[in-house]
Amino acid sequence: MVGPREKNGRYYRLLTRTIMLVVIGVSFVPLVLTNGVILHQFGTAYREKIYEHLDELVQKHSQNIDSFLTDRLGDIRILARSYDLWELSNETFLRRRLTLLREEYGGVYVDLGLIDSQGIQAAYAGPFKLTAADYSQAEWFQAAMEREYYISDVFLGLRGTPHFIIAVKQFFQGRDWIIRATIDFEAFNSLVENIHIGRTGFAFILNRQGEFQTKPRKEVLLTRDPYSAYLKGGSDPKKTTIVTGIDGHGVESIVAMAALKSGQWLLCCQQEAADAFASLRRTQVLALIAFLISGLGIVAVAFFLSKRMVNRLAQADQEKSVMNEKVIEAGRLASIGELAAGIAHEINNPVAIMVEEAGWVEDLLEDEDPTNEENLAELRRAAIQIKTQGRRCKEITHKLLSFARKTDPAVHEVNLNELVADVTSLLKQKTRYANVRIETKLAPDLPLVGASPSELQQVVLNLVNNAVDAVDTSGGGTVTLTTRSNKNSIFVDVADTGPGIPESDLNRIFDPFFTTKPVGQGTGLGLSICYGIVHKLGGDITVRSQLGVGSIFTVRLPMAGPSASCADDSPPAQKPIRLPISDNTLKEEG
Amino acid sequence: MNQTVVLLVDDEVPFVEAMSRRLTKRGLTIIPAFSGQEALDKLASKEGERVDVVVLDVKMPGMDGLETLAAIKAKHPLIEVIMLTGHGTIESAIEGMKRGAYDYLLKPSDMDLLTTKVTEASTKKRQHESRIQEARAQMIALRRGD
Repeated sequence: MVGPREKNGRYYRLLTRTIMLVVIGVSFVPLVLTNGVILHQFGTAYREKIYEHLDELVQKHSQNIDSFLTDRLGDIRILARSYDLWELSNETFLRRRLTLLREEYGGVYVDLGLIDSQGIQAAYAGPFKLTAADYSQAEWFQAAMEREYYISDVFLGLRGTPHFIIAVKQFFQGRDWIIRATIDFEAFNSLVENIHIGRTGFAFILNRQGEFQTKPRKEVLLTRDPYSAYLKGGSDPKKTTIVTGIDGHGVESIVAMAALKSGQWLLCCQQEAADAFASLRRTQVLALIAFLISGLGIVAVAFFLSKRMVNRLAQADQEKSVMNEKVIEAGRLASIGELAAGIAHEINNPVAIMVEEAGWVEDLLEDEDPTNEENLAELRRAAIQIKTQGRRCKEITHKLLSFARKTDPAVHEVNLNELVADVTSLLKQKTRYANVRIETKLAPDLPLVGASPSELQQVVLNLVNNAVDAVDTSGGGTVTLTTRSNKNSIFVDVADTGPGIPESDLNRIFDPFFTTKPVGQGTGLGLSICYGIVHKLGGDITVRSQLGVGSIFTVRLPMAGPSASCADDSPPAQKPIRLPISDNTLKEEG
Repeated sequence: MNQTVVLLVDDEVPFVEAMSRRLTKRGLTIIPAFSGQEALDKLASKEGERVDVVVLDVKMPGMDGLETLAAIKAKHPLIEVIMLTGHGTIESAIEGMKRGAYDYLLKPSDMDLLTTKVTEASTKKRQHESRIQEARAQMIALRRGD
């Protein structure tokens, strides 16, 4: 069997846990929502900013590179158009032009050459010995012959070093000639190599076949996935395409791509995602740390707060329980006070008889012959009468004492029929002079009730006392006490033929300090105490009343036994506790 | 002088019996009654005509002491009534005095004091009666004188 203390402990533990979870929930949900929304919005905005920055960067550099190529092409076209064939076919002239160009643009130009329509280099100025070199089979030559000008991809060619060619077709003396300049790979490469983005960002150029046109700072193992859409020509060449993916080293990277050289080349700026989003990541980490610290704070506060609240609650429950007992005790003393007048009169009668009988004995003893037979018989009768009346006094005091002893809230198994009989007997004197008849209809074989005998006695006494008072004010009548039971409950009905209770008062009669009795005659606590006691026992108390007919108070109590046991999470210390001892005090002298 | 006749009214039978014995021993004639109604019935009967004093308990079931007192005084204004009371009903006894009771005594009372009060009340009643008789005789004489 679960003890009340243990049951209360479980109740308070459950309450602590519930309060703690509610506090944590209520604090965490808005915290998570707010932080989540802010972080998400911040993340999105930050990403957009990074992408915009990359877009701007790539567009700017692609324009730079494009204008570099256009400028170089412009140089060669001016050269082709400004001079005659005999000047261009003069290697000394070409060397001078090359020197001028190199002086103007540094080491960008490697060499210059004039190639006839058969692909044979007619004149050459540069560091290699390429005069009369045959380019008829070179891809760039064939491509250049088909259009006005041509800029090749980077290739090794006859010289064996990476370079690319700007070729311009010019018509001289009835034939097409190609004026060709070789652009130094290193010079071109530095244009792209100098692009730095963050700590890990770099740039490179690819042609349509996915071949490098510059030397990437970091070796990029192309999975081609990020570039494939562009390489297949699916993207708009005028727009920057930004994709994220895993690079050849397994690192997540962002790649921004823009078209160059009329869509033949692709400028790619690649940066590790961790580097690009470093600030975002730092903010996220800071936010997470702040969240964890707040979370720890909330959990700690929830823990201590709930502990403290429940401790206070337990203390308040304890105080309430003590106060309840005190109020019940006070109410009981008030009831005893009300009974006292009747009891005093009840005791006064046998006392008066005893005094008169004793006086009669004195009278007899004053006779001349007190021991004559007649006198002896009278003395004997008087002694018996004194004894009878003395016993009557003892019965009255016992009845009163059984009620006036201190309230014991411990729950026992109580026989309600015996309790009703005791209470009616206690009120016998009061009802005798008040023209009130008390009738009892007690159900045979009534099951026992789990209750504190003294508290339950007080409930019945208060109800019967009120009923007797009600009947008395209407000039006499009957109070009927009925006990009955059904499957789970036991009932006591206290019915009176009094004036009835007005409907306006019916809702208030169980309120503390509500009384219709004159000042000084009622505390207004009786029914309120009854209500408290009955509810504490897990029962209820109801009233039906009709003006001019009377009232019926019905007390329902749970049956003692397993069916009356209460749920584990019920409020503390307010439920009956069954003890295996029965209370015999009430049966004494009964 | 005739013996004083006392109607002793109380709902406690052993009390009435014990009192009757003691008062009889003190030379009084006792007529017992065990309720207000019985007291009124006995006063209305032949033997009731002899009653000088009623010793009346205040607290009785049915018709209580005050009601009985009122009924006695209404029908038999000359009969003196002594109220017997416990401590709790002392206000009722004083109320009885206001309504014409001769005196009141606390229960249990001293027998000699009760006997004295009864004798005094009886004397008062008989004096009243003799004065009334004298007045009546004077009135008859005055009429004859006319």
